[in-house]
Amino acid sequence: MPMNEAGSKAYATAQTLAQKIVARAAGKPAVTPGEIVICKLDLALMHDSGGPRRVKPLLEHLGARVWNPDRVVVVTDHYLPAHDDESRRIIEIARDWVRDAGVRNFYDGMGICHVVLPEKGHLRPGMFAVGGDSHSPTGGAFGAYMFGIGATEMLGVLVTGEIWLRVPQTILLEWTGRLADGIAAKDMMLAMCGKLGLDGGQYQAVQYSGETITALSMQERMTLCNMAPEVGAQTGLIAPDEVTRAWLEEAGVTKIDTSRWQGDPGAAVAAHHCFDAAALAPQVAAPHSPANAAPVAEHAGTRIDIAYIGACTGAKLEDMRMAARVLKGRRAASQVRLILAPASRRDQEIARAEGTLDAIIDAGASLLPTACGICAGYGANRLEENEVAITSTARNFKGRMGAASSRVYLGSAYTVAASAVAGHICDPREMLP
Amino acid sequence: MSGTSWVFGDNVDTDVLAPGKYMKSGIEELARHCLESVLPNFAADVRPGDFVVGGRNFGAGSSREQAPEALRHLGVAALVAVSYAGLFYRNAINLGLPAIVCANAGRIRAGDRLNVDPEAGRIENLSTGESLDCEPIPPHLAQLLRDGGLMPHLEKRLARERGIRS
Ligand code: SF4
Repeated sequence: MPMNEAGSKAYATAQTLAQKIVARAAGKPAVTPGEIVICKLDLALMHDSGGPRRVKPLLEHLGARVWNPDRVVVVTDHYLPAHDDESRRIIEIARDWVRDAGVRNFYDGMGICHVVLPEKGHLRPGMFAVGGDSHSPTGGAFGAYMFGIGATEMLGVLVTGEIWLRVPQTILLEWTGRLADGIAAKDMMLAMCGKLGLDGGQYQAVQYSGETITALSMQERMTLCNMAPEVGAQTGLIAPDEVTRAWLEEAGVTKIDTSRWQGDPGAAVAAHHCFDAAALAPQVAAPHSPANAAPVAEHAGTRIDIAYIGACTGAKLEDMRMAARVLKGRRAASQVRLILAPASRRDQEIARAEGTLDAIIDAGASLLPTACGICAGYGANRLEENEVAITSTARNFKGRMGAASSRVYLGSAYTVAASAVAGHICDPREMLP
Repeated sequence: MSGTSWVFGDNVDTDVLAPGKYMKSGIEELARHCLESVLPNFAADVRPGDFVVGGRNFGAGSSREQAPEALRHLGVAALVAVSYAGLFYRNAINLGLPAIVCANAGRIRAGDRLNVDPEAGRIENLSTGESLDCEPIPPHLAQLLRDGGLMPHLEKRLARERGIRS
């Protein structure tokens, strides 16, 4: 019977969320993993480091213009504050270029690109987007398919508004159970880095699912998607729901469709890993890889010189609130330099108004501008020879944040704050009110 | 295209292809050290038109474009591997270096003479007489490769569009 045939065919081609977004961008009813398609971009994000200073000369060489300046967003974050002539020049190029190219979505000194982008209402479920930065999958928290590309590819995107893509398989990372107090998305992500390793994601799409994920706030979801590249995935996705809708509406986004951007039941996935949130302890990743994650107890007592609450991964409003809960009424150990670089101006203002910022500063933290700061390894605050740091950032590769002999441990904002007080790595659950 | 094959194993990484030590040196110098930590004579002995054959996850590691660029600079005509690291694959195609996915790449021996048709997805092993099926390079990417990579492809495309407009 033709009806049945059509029905079973539809079932056989059940699509994952990633496939649905890619299919729409490719102008096809459906796509198959492994197939190569050309996708039209809804948005391209660039920052000062990988953006204008790299693509401007290439565009000039081609005599080409940006395909659609309204779909381009430029954020300055890596070289701020500009501490020398070279960084000032890089920032100037960005400012001049957006003006000449007619890019109106330009956020200068407002915060880190991956955090500013959704704050300013540029993301919505179902979008297909790229960023000139490896942590661009942060957009996946909003149900957007977003990934990082290099400068040459960004040039292609700017000129054509298109990009080719090998349709990914989906790797499902499912979490059940409730997180204990003092455990954050960062701990979940580090645990996944430990289990999957740096290439477990095989440049496919990872999708975080399950009741634990549904219970997470948007900023915590952003932390998970931000670090999808740390498990080797091209992108990380979370299916949009009412939490997504509420957050986006507050950012001024309209026409949000959450029901369309869900994977079909029965869609084939490449792998399915299950994690138990209730059993999760705070995680710390030892130098020099996020995959070196282990329960905090394994590193407890490790002496630290610097405690850094920063980066798109680890200094959003909620990260600051975590740190403040631990730090309120306490002080960082005298030999520890506690540093805070809020992820965005908006988050900093809210934190200031509610007293969160003061709690951290009163504990002895010095406040850096809302930019990449030490995470990018540029600027005046780079780690010195042999310094040991615990940070809420995403990566601890050798030399990334300063001298090659420096050592970086990764943890949640809770763990960084508690370690600052103790003077050595410690379990934040001991210090919660 | 036909040439001689150079065979490597799984997880050939971007540090092996473009060693960090020489990253500041420019492509000429960098290419001289391409793959030297696994095969010291490779850069000196590889001939334009030869093929590099790998196992799984070829090009693992960083996003540095210099990894495929070094191979292209040495005249490598195409890569054949069971699978590639995602960013490396993108960079290779964008720089005009065909990367062919072949589940049976492991059947190719060092020094075998190959005849490779990337667009049809076929490899003739002239030394053994064997024929290997591969994933054909899709038409869009084949066009990109024929143009020599993304930059020349864009130049051509823009010239064509300008021609139509004037
Ligand atoms: S804060 Fe760090 S991880 Fe985030 S965009 Fe800046 S340099 Fe990259």
